[in-house]
Amino acid sequence: MDQIRPYRSFVSYIDRSREYYAAQGYDKPYKWPHYDHVPFTPLRKPLSECRVGLVTTAGLPKPVDPMEAIMYRREMYAQPAIPPPTSLYTDDLFWDKKATHTKDVDSFLPLNRLAEYAQKGYIGSASPRFYGVPTDYSQPRTIERYGPQILKWCREDGLDAVILLAL
Amino acid sequence: MSLVARHLEENGLATVIMGCARDIVEECGVARFVFTDFPLGNPCGKPWDAGMQQSIAGIALDLLERAWMPRTTIQTPYQWHNDEWREVFMKVDATNREALAREGEKRREFQAKVKKS
Repeated sequence: MDQIRPYRSFVSYIDRSREYYAAQGYDKPYKWPHYDHVPFTPLRKPLSECRVGLVTTAGLPKPVDPMEAIMYRREMYAQPAIPPPTSLYTDDLFWDKKATHTKDVDSFLPLNRLAEYAQKGYIGSASPRFYGVPTDYSQPRTIERYGPQILKWCREDGLDAVILLAL
Repeated sequence: MSLVARHLEENGLATVIMGCARDIVEECGVARFVFTDFPLGNPCGKPWDAGMQQSIAGIALDLLERAWMPRTTIQTPYQWHNDEWREVFMKVDATNREALAREGEKRREFQAKVKKS
């Protein structure tokens, strides 16, 4: 035992965001999904035969043209994984902009790391594309639109397993 | 993201979530979760630390193969170089309470204007 602490160590973002938005005068707290049942699919093949893909909440880079940048709207996307993007748009997402940065894409979307595992034969292959979903305050939209579209792209690319990374 | 992962699992695809917001992911309930106790933003390791990123990505790959039941969480062994961020992020106290209330008020006014136009 290193220490005795009177509090849990990891930050509760549910508690923290509720208090923060209440302080801003929003009286109805955001409600987070909770399920009793959790679906589970075992991996059907050895990892070394699996094709693995990555899903991110980061967006495609904002256009340089100022007029186009104003029109920029977050949408779902599937993009070639080779060559991996050197930057993605994360300014609109909920992450700790004081403590860290997102200039290294592999710190939140490990396309290069996955390609290295494929090259070593640790996995069968990496997906030729990676996939983006906007974080959405609408849970029905996430369930009805984003889930099925990501599933469709994963099937088109013949994936066996998917890693999803939330910033 | 957890909701998308659940949809894939329901349809026969194995998934693993990598993230830093433990309570949000576990409250929802997902098949497999690799938790790194970092400030939000770098769920696959510190920027420019390829060794750490490779290790965390490897933990996620291994968990895909080795988890035998849902709600399996693995916490990676890495720690941020300080603990300041834990208190500072979205902090509410006497020093910023008024400023936050004003900020909220301004945003609601702006949103009401956008709705009207």
